[in-house]
Order: sequence, then structure tokens, then C-alpha cells
Amino acid sequence: MTGNKTKGGFSRRDLLATGVAAAGVSAIGFPAVLRAAPAPVKIGLIHPVTGFIAFSGNQCRQGALMAIEDINNAGGIKSLGGAKLEGLLGDSQGKPDIGASEVDRLVEAGVNGIVAGYASSITLATSQEAAKSNTPHVVDVGVSDKIVTRGLKNTFRFGPGYGKIAKFAVDNLDTINKSAGSPAKTAMIVHEESLFGTGTAKLLSKELPAKGIEVIDVIKHANPTRDFTNIVLQIKAKKPDLIIPANYYNEYVLLARTIRQQKVEAKGIYSVLGGAASNYKFVKEFPEAAEQIMDCNHWFDPTSSLALARKKAAEAKGLYYTYEVFLAYNAVSFLADAIERAGSVDKGAVIAAMASSTWDKHGMPYGPTKMTDGQNEGAQPVNTQVLKGVIEVIFPKKFASADPVFPRTV
Amino acid sequence: MPDWGIIIPSVLNGLTTGALYALVALGLTLIYGVLHIINFAHGALLMVGLYAVYYLNTQFGLDPYACLLIVPPIMFALGYALQRGIIGKAAHGRDENILLVTLGLAIVIENLSLYFFRSDTRLIDTPYAFTTVEFLGAFLPLPKVVAFFGALVTAGLLWLLMARTDLGRAIRALARERKGASLVGIDIEHVYGMSFGLGIACLGVAACLLLPSYYVNPQVGHGFILIAFTIVVLGGMGSFVGALLGGLIIGVVEALGGLFLGESLGQIGIFVIFILVLIFRPTGLLGQKV
Repeated sequence: MTGNKTKGGFSRRDLLATGVAAAGVSAIGFPAVLRAAPAPVKIGLIHPVTGFIAFSGNQCRQGALMAIEDINNAGGIKSLGGAKLEGLLGDSQGKPDIGASEVDRLVEAGVNGIVAGYASSITLATSQEAAKSNTPHVVDVGVSDKIVTRGLKNTFRFGPGYGKIAKFAVDNLDTINKSAGSPAKTAMIVHEESLFGTGTAKLLSKELPAKGIEVIDVIKHANPTRDFTNIVLQIKAKKPDLIIPANYYNEYVLLARTIRQQKVEAKGIYSVLGGAASNYKFVKEFPEAAEQIMDCNHWFDPTSSLALARKKAAEAKGLYYTYEVFLAYNAVSFLADAIERAGSVDKGAVIAAMASSTWDKHGMPYGPTKMTDGQNEGAQPVNTQVLKGVIEVIFPKKFASADPVFPRTV
Repeated sequence: MPDWGIIIPSVLNGLTTGALYALVALGLTLIYGVLHIINFAHGALLMVGLYAVYYLNTQFGLDPYACLLIVPPIMFALGYALQRGIIGKAAHGRDENILLVTLGLAIVIENLSLYFFRSDTRLIDTPYAFTTVEFLGAFLPLPKVVAFFGALVTAGLLWLLMARTDLGRAIRALARERKGASLVGIDIEHVYGMSFGLGIACLGVAACLLLPSYYVNPQVGHGFILIAFTIVVLGGMGSFVGALLGGLIIGVVEALGGLFLGESLGQIGIFVIFILVLIFRPTGLLGQKV
């Protein structure tokens, strides 16, 4: 309670006194206190935080929010007078149509840019919807190459697409296989049924035979799949040298466990964008099932002190430092850098700044950003392998922390 | 075309998976079949049971099978309280109200778990996680074999309870003639609470037997709820033996469907059965009329 004196409002004397005081303060120089703070820069963050890929969606959201927090703590957007970033959250529930309607809602709420949408199918929808209002849209993870080949001027992807990833995966697999005396001659691909899994499997089926590896079967499964025994029985019957999974976290974990349970004797498990193979959570919880699994996936530069500092900060918040976290972090930072250089939130200016970006504070094995038709040309995956419970980088050699173990010995 | 050598292992696997489905469906058949409550919160409550087992295991080191002594009684109390405190009160005796109340409960429970547990997928590690039982050339995971026999025992116990105890007789009386049951002195609200509690306790049993071979996250119930409804319709409303049989059939159909039609189409068979049963045998295999 402040007492009854103020109940009737200001008296004329109070008003005069306040006015004089205010004039005095402004004269002796506290302009920043009295002047309105610059309007915040609103960033829409649309992720599947509920639904079948909620784990990944939440990881993305946490990564994006960490970036916003770090940028704000470092003084916000300096070219806009220190304007703070404000994250406006959206949930696509794992569904493209809901992702698109979340874009509409956030555009209506006045966002200056959007970071979305984890899954390829959702990202296709969010970027297209954002293009209608020319809202800058940065793709955090979505790997389908269709995302950046539709001529949408507002859409940029900082990470690599599955075309590049599949080629990289096949080339490195060929190197690993040849240096072991080419023990792998056949492979089976197990993939989830949405755009990411289907597209990746198609590319691999096309590329692998050229390297002397015959694809003897491709098995597609639904999300969620509650039991993988049937699939693993088929793998056992066909006895491929290599098992190549391309699926999301939950299904990957069940698949890896079942492979172990059913005593499948493949020479290697080589995932391409495996949801769990290069995931600290999986490796920590199931070291036995994860051991010696190889993966071709998004990964930070293990030699970058910036990347390691961010990893430490994420882990201090109780997060597993998965690819979702650092890709979403970088997507927000890339957008913020463009706004900083544009010195404005004008959509056209921000898009032009993203197109000409040479940003390099990402801690990724990419080199400075170089956008061609919305795709960062320098972006590339790495190969990892779980060795004695640790996720080691095995390719490219420049970033490698261990040599590959192939054929597997467990 | 699949390799014929894997048909037997696949059918056996379908039977063990089907037993897990049957466990989830047993509680539903009691609530849905006997009391005519369409419990949309069944999947969400299964998730609550799974989290209970998860935390008892990770925080107190309890084996999931030891949790059978703790989780089902807790789930029973939760079910009883939900029925007496929320569902019964908000329903005002109308079926459509119950439907909306349970749907609302499901949304509230799922969102609360998203808030408290986050959306992480969690698994437990047990010493027998990779142990298998070799039978007819198939490696059957030990946790699924245990779940298979657990489902048989649970169905048997429920049948005994319904057939041989006063509570069972009261539940059956209430299902047939609510007013008549009230006139002979049955405490209707109490029996409703007990039935709902028993149905939810079944989910507690299912959770203890499921977690060693599965995972938990706030959305985990979605994958089971439609299948459980199908099993209840297939087996016959209110029939525990029917639910068990229905679960096993659905498990095998799913396994063989996956093998012959491709994994992503494997579930089509389940829903084709659902439609065919509704058209040609609306009473289900062993039950009363739908």
C-alpha cells in the first residue's frame, strides 16, 4: 500500500515538480533511461514440440532459445540500437499443415523472421507459407533438397541437404570399405516413411551400386513403429553385410536394440542421418547397443573452441548436445547476423543480407557461409562412430578424433 | 515375398506383441465394455503408469517387475479418485459428457507430463534387456515372454474377480440394469469407482510389463489407444478372454501384415478387421452386442 495521499491522483504541484525533475535529468544526461528502448526483433520459432518427433522439436527449440539468450546478453542487435531478440514460439505438432498455420499466426503477430521446422515435410510447408509474406525463413534441420530448389527467395538453409549428405556418406563408406579390403558387398536400408527417410533411401539406393555395394532390400516403416522384430527378422534372413538405417530417434533406438537382441551378424551398421547414432543420450543410456555404430550426420567441429564452449553451456542447462540443438542455435545466429548487417528489419534487406552472408562464428566444419539459391554451399556432414562409449569423428580426416573400426568387432 | 523361414518367428513375435496390446485392452474392456465409458484418457493414463515405473526404476533402483507391487495399487487409487472426483461428477450421467471429460483429461494429463517430464523419450536399462529365449528357432526377448504370461494371468484374475466375487457380481449387475442394481442396495458410485480403478490398475500392470521392452514419452499412449479399442470390439465388449484373444490376433495380423504388405502398411490389416467385425459380427468374438 502506498497510502491515501496518492488516491486522488497528482496535484498540480506534484505535476510541476515531476516535470522540472524530468527536465533536469534529461539536461544532465540520462537519455538512455528516458528514451524508449528499441523495439524488439521478433523471431518466430516453429518446431514440433508435441507429437511423434517431440524430442527433436524440443531440442531445436532449446537450441534456438539459447542463441537468443546469448545474443541478448551480448548486447542484442547493435545496428538497431541494441534491440533485443524476442522468440515467439510455435508448435507444428509434427504436422505440415499445422506448421503452415503457425507461420500465419506468427506473421500476423509481426515476426521479423522465422526459424523452422525440423522435419523436411514440415519445413516445406512453413517456408512456402512464409514466402507469401516474403518473411525471411531459415531452415534449421530439414534436409530435403526440395526445400531450397523451389525458387523461394525468402528461404535459406544453413546446414547441408540430403543430396550432399548421401553423396558424402557413400563416398566415405566406399573409402572405409576399400581400406578394409572391401568386405561389404551388400546392404539393406531401413528408413522411416516421411520425406526425409524416403528421399535419403532413394538417393542411397542409386549411389551405392556404383561403389560395388548391392542394395538387396529397402524396408520402409511407419512412425511410430512399436516393434522392430519383424524388420530385423527380414534383415537376418537376407544377411546383408551392411545395415543402413535412416529414421528418427524413437524408432532408431528400438531398431538398434532389436538388432542386438536378435543377434544379427552384419559387418557394420552405417546410418545416414540416424536419429540416435550420434546422440549422446542414446550412447549414454545404451552403450552396448550403440557400440561401433557409424553415422553420417550433422556434427559440430570438435576442434572449435566456440563449439565446445556452446556444448558445455548446453550441458550445463541439462541438455544433450544433439544436432538439433546446435543447428537451431546456428540458424537463429545466422538470421541475427543478417539483421545486424542489414541494420533494419525490412524483409527485403534481411533477405539480401542472408544471401550475401559470409558468417563464420558457427563452430561447424563448414567454413564461412556462402549461399547459392538459399543453400549454404560450405555445409557438410561428418562421419561419426561410437567407440568404447564415446562418439568419435572418423571423417573428414581434418576433424577426425579416431580411426574407423570396420568390420565391427562386437 | 518374405523368406518362409521367418514366418514362425514372426508369428511368435506377433503373439508376444499382441499380449502387450491385450494388457492395455483389458482395462479398457472393463471400463468401456462393462460400464460403457468411452475412456479417451486410457492412453494418457498408460503413460502415467509408464512414468511411474520409469521413476521407480531410475530413482529407487526398483526392477520393473517389482513395481508390480506398487504401481497397480497406485493406479487403482488414481482411477478410483478420477472416477469419483472428476468423471462421475462432470458427466451428470450422460455418455456424451463422459466422452468429452475423458478427452479433456487426456489433454490435461499429456500437457502436464510435457511440462514436468519434457518430451524426452526415456528408456530403462535392465540386466535382461538383451536376454532372449530361444523357441522354435526364434529369439524371443525375455521381457516380451514375461509380458505374454503376465497378460494370461491378468486376464485370468480379472475373469475370476468378475465371476466369483461380490464386487464382480455388482459390476455385472450395474452394467445390465443400473436402476435395478441401485434398488437392491448396490452403491452405484462406489462400484463405478471400483470398476474404473480396476481398469486403470490393469494399465499399471501393463506399464510394468511394457517398459522393459519399450519407451516412455508424453505421447506414448497414442500408439496404443486405437489398437486397444479395436481389440475390445474384436474380442467382444466386456469379455476379458475376448480381449486376450483379440490382442493376440491383432498382434499376429500386424506381424504378418508387415511381412507381406511391407512394414509401413502392416497396420492396415488391423483396421480392416475392425471394420469387418463391426459389419459381420458386431458382438465381437466372445462378447455382447456393440
